[in-house]
Amino acid sequence: MSDLSDLYQQIIVEHNRSPRNYRVMEGPSRTAEGDNPLCGDRIKLFVKLEGDTVADVSFQGKGCAISQASASLMTGAVKGKPVAEAEKLFHAFHDMVTGKAAPDAAALGKLAAFGGVKQFPARVKCANLAWHTLHAALANQDTPVSTES
Amino acid sequence: MTSTAGRPAAPAFDVERYRDDFPILRTTMRGRPLVYLDNGATSQKPQSVIDATTSYYAEQNANVHRGVYQLSENATLAYEGVRAKAAQFLGARDPREVVFVRGTTEGINLVAASYGRAQLRPGDEVVVTAMEHHSNIVPWQLVCDERGAKLKVIPMNQRGELLLDQAAKLITPRTRIVAAVHISNSLGTINPVRELVAMAREHGARVLLDGAQAAPHMPIDVQALGCDFYTVSGHKMFGPTGIGLLWGRAELLDSMGPYQGGGDMIRSVTFEKTTYAAIPARFEAGTPNMAGVAGLGAAIDYLAALPWPAVHEHESRLLETATARLSEIPGVSIVGTAEHKAPVVSFVMDGVHAHDIGTIVDQEGVAIRTGHHCTQPVMDFFAIPATSRASFAFYNTMDDVDLLVRAVRKVREVFG
Repeated sequence: MSDLSDLYQQIIVEHNRSPRNYRVMEGPSRTAEGDNPLCGDRIKLFVKLEGDTVADVSFQGKGCAISQASASLMTGAVKGKPVAEAEKLFHAFHDMVTGKAAPDAAALGKLAAFGGVKQFPARVKCANLAWHTLHAALANQDTPVSTES
Repeated sequence: MTSTAGRPAAPAFDVERYRDDFPILRTTMRGRPLVYLDNGATSQKPQSVIDATTSYYAEQNANVHRGVYQLSENATLAYEGVRAKAAQFLGARDPREVVFVRGTTEGINLVAASYGRAQLRPGDEVVVTAMEHHSNIVPWQLVCDERGAKLKVIPMNQRGELLLDQAAKLITPRTRIVAAVHISNSLGTINPVRELVAMAREHGARVLLDGAQAAPHMPIDVQALGCDFYTVSGHKMFGPTGIGLLWGRAELLDSMGPYQGGGDMIRSVTFEKTTYAAIPARFEAGTPNMAGVAGLGAAIDYLAALPWPAVHEHESRLLETATARLSEIPGVSIVGTAEHKAPVVSFVMDGVHAHDIGTIVDQEGVAIRTGHHCTQPVMDFFAIPATSRASFAFYNTMDDVDLLVRAVRKVREVFG
């Protein structure tokens, strides 16, 4: 049986309450929007690139605790990292929440808190939304990301 | 048992006796008895409905209106028998006024496409209400766009009640159709549809009522309502999915062109010219959902045998208790507090999104709906992204209310 405390870990509840890097960015290199029309989760992501590095990243959004905490923790995880590293985290996170791989605490750090999401199939999209939006921003896609394509 | 002041109390409703008719209510969810509070989305089915559907396939299956052999004739008799039963159920004067459709959505689309498209001229108006389900908005937008007609919306107040004084101004001599929901799926409001009908009549407009949420909670009488079209979904009134009813006044249906083309809706076909069948066959192209019709017949029998005054008392008690006890939870607000309500309780909780609420109460074995309930304009009106909604049926109990309240309190524990 799935356990609620696996899903709503303290760090997730806390980041939902006080999201980090929650702001509009002046002069971003890239922006992307993501939405989950079935749930109404929505985020707008701002990325500043310096060479191959994600120099700054911020977001604004509305939605469930999982989607907003995921966006908040993601911004902390990729800030200052090379783009290739951020992409690697995107894949590692995706594999963890879809149950393709066990959480790799060393690689994922705080993001491992989302390891419980795989027990709640209806909520995987919430956790992934910010990451798909980041992926789109880094790939410079200009069409909004939707979990329902 | 409480009763509303001034009315004699109905005999107590023996809910356990009726629960026995519903096999799914004996199942468990996450190791706990299922608490099913998503009846607004779809209702559960009594054994008699399940049996009618099964025995149709086991004993009666043949195509209707086609064969001359005994089995097909029996199938036709059974199918038309349900139509007669449905006519009586809705208060129709004649079974020809009842069209089998897939559900309320198709019923509305049929009227919009067939009646709306023929009647609407540029500058004409279709009037809907602020609390319509998307299925009573989008079909009218499509036909209004095509015909150059205008869609107008009757507003509501913060309790989720229509503003009738505004309605009186919005319905004008240019109004051809008023399309309104009888009971709101997201707010539970029972709308004053007779008043709307009277306003429409003054200007010669026709009225379609979306009865999807009404049929499981009250007997329907289209003559008393005075409307021109009424449509319901089988699956929301304890019947099968994929089948519903559209009632329309015979003279209106007679005047309407076909909705879909195909077999069974024609009188004669040549490559040069096709003439159409009389009503209701004109609107039933193709082999119909015969097993669904059989199941719907059983659902109508089931509803007709319910002790309605006692059901009303029971449902009001569920509504009042759930409303009061959820309101006591810190940060919870009820969305939709109309004076006249069906047992639907939509609510929001400060700082907690509806989907988090849905996941947490699901862990307690409680099934509620979370989201916009296909009424995005209602969410926009209340400036909220979504609500959590507990929608009750007569087979729900006070224990279900207790478990719901306990589960929602758990949300508070998780989020602090």
